[in-house]
Amino acid sequence: MTSLTSLTIAAARDGLKKKAFSARELTDAYLEAMAKARVLNAYVVETPEQARAMAAASDARIAKSEAGALEGIPLGIKDLFATKGVHTQAASHVLDGFKPPYESTVTSNLWRDGAVMLGKLNMDEFAMGSSNETSYYGNVINPWRRRNSNAALVPGGSSGGSASAVAAHICAGATATDTGGSIRQPAAFTGTVGIKPTYGRCSRWGVVAFASSLDQAGPIARDVRDAAILLKSMASVDAKDTTSVDHPVPDYEAVIGKPIKGLRVGIPREYRVDGTPAEIDALWDKSAKWLKEQGAEIVEISLPHTKYALPAYYIVAPAEASSNLARYDGVRYGLRVPGDDIVSMYENTRAAGFGREVQRRVMIGTYVLSAGYYDAYYVRAQKVRTLIKQDFDKAWDKVDVVLTPATPSPAFAPGEITDPVQMYLNDIFTVTVNMAGLPGISVPGGLSEQGLPMGLQLIGKPFDEATLFQVGHAIEEAAGKFEAPKWW
Amino acid sequence: MSVDQKTVRRIAHLARIKVSEEDVPRLEGELNSILHWIEQLNEVDVQGVEPLTSVVAMEMKKRQDVVTDGHYPTDVTKNAPASEDEFFMVPKVVE
Repeated sequence: MTSLTSLTIAAARDGLKKKAFSARELTDAYLEAMAKARVLNAYVVETPEQARAMAAASDARIAKSEAGALEGIPLGIKDLFATKGVHTQAASHVLDGFKPPYESTVTSNLWRDGAVMLGKLNMDEFAMGSSNETSYYGNVINPWRRRNSNAALVPGGSSGGSASAVAAHICAGATATDTGGSIRQPAAFTGTVGIKPTYGRCSRWGVVAFASSLDQAGPIARDVRDAAILLKSMASVDAKDTTSVDHPVPDYEAVIGKPIKGLRVGIPREYRVDGTPAEIDALWDKSAKWLKEQGAEIVEISLPHTKYALPAYYIVAPAEASSNLARYDGVRYGLRVPGDDIVSMYENTRAAGFGREVQRRVMIGTYVLSAGYYDAYYVRAQKVRTLIKQDFDKAWDKVDVVLTPATPSPAFAPGEITDPVQMYLNDIFTVTVNMAGLPGISVPGGLSEQGLPMGLQLIGKPFDEATLFQVGHAIEEAAGKFEAPKWW
Repeated sequence: MSVDQKTVRRIAHLARIKVSEEDVPRLEGELNSILHWIEQLNEVDVQGVEPLTSVVAMEMKKRQDVVTDGHYPTDVTKNAPASEDEFFMVPKVVE
């Protein structure tokens, strides 16, 4: 029998149903694998006791034929999701010791369906980063290495712990969040599948806020089917999040394997960017051929405002972050560093509690919202955002889905990128999707010359995640799946 | 637009982040490199374009103005660095 941790969610679900193994056995196998993989630093907290109790409860429900859609499936949870009584710090020092007395809606949905929590996953501090190097809990290591090299690589970010844990098989699947590319970029760097659903598809309630008009939760999984299974459970309309949308959640899994014949796939010419490695562009061309061979129609399209998405994002996101992060004042939760008076207490607390990248973004946000600059920066950026959205609205007259590379490079080494703007450019292909509120999925397309995963991105119409799973699966069929050679 | 060291200190204070004097020149450089990069937005013609307010066309949700939650001050203050009798404790604010 193959090891239990090598099973996809779909396969584990079948095995549990047939009683080939118990939920407790499955969870124990993961807890053991996690203990052996601590060098990856993917988890900030492991919750073995809770995991075993949840697995035992799953076994009891399976025995009574009351199993939910994710019964007994062991998951890792990004540290951004509030989990009742369990470490929730957004990988920041400022939330030192914070244990929420409530549960996020997304994780509540997962537990309702029988999933088991293995622990909390590392991430960039407050989801601000593209390499998982800004975490208070240290860097996460990518299970992938360059061919014939022992050098560590970053897993991408901000959901670096989620991506690394899924790729290393130390959870069956993981929750993640995406504000500018934080699900899709790490998925691309680790050979996993990640989907950022349409804004409003998943409730943001209980998810530590970064930029509220952009933040969305979604899964990272080993394959397209598993991502479809997870999103089905995570998505819901929620009275506690007024931006969550009352739109039925379809059975995403049902479209897996559905032929793509006749689907129109858009290739945006603005995504051919100078400096992108030739192998990324070559993979993009190859994937278009795969879809064509399966009967899709390839259509060249134009999204003229693409290049302005990233600079506009770096006004909107820091502006919203500076306002959201105002709550960390050393009064209600987390760290407090005393001062001479209340203002110096705030200043000392936030200086000690926030890392450099978070401080930088809060300051940029404060500046662009300050008196006299609001119209020049924030309002202009929101106008550019309208133009970006209109580009896509026009494209949907011609195509059903858009195909692009997911990232401008494969994974890089820790410390390799130190200039903030260079780091921001990692999200060049993903950020437009957040700005327009659209769904986007990253699917592995192949390996680079150095043996590292490269991802492809599919962008869909609002609430058309089903087509992303359908076409994503078609790519997966053609490209195959990629597993990191185990060295840990 | 760019920021000088005086502006860096002002922004830091507005953001309630203590910045040491040695860090001011570094922040000045970093913030300016980001602000200069953002300036490419000035190339875009935004005349007559409405700022985006919602990415999904939907009606603003409303609910009855009634209390639906609360009455658990112990839970609310449980994570506070300093609390007493279910109140948050802060340094003296009013003389």
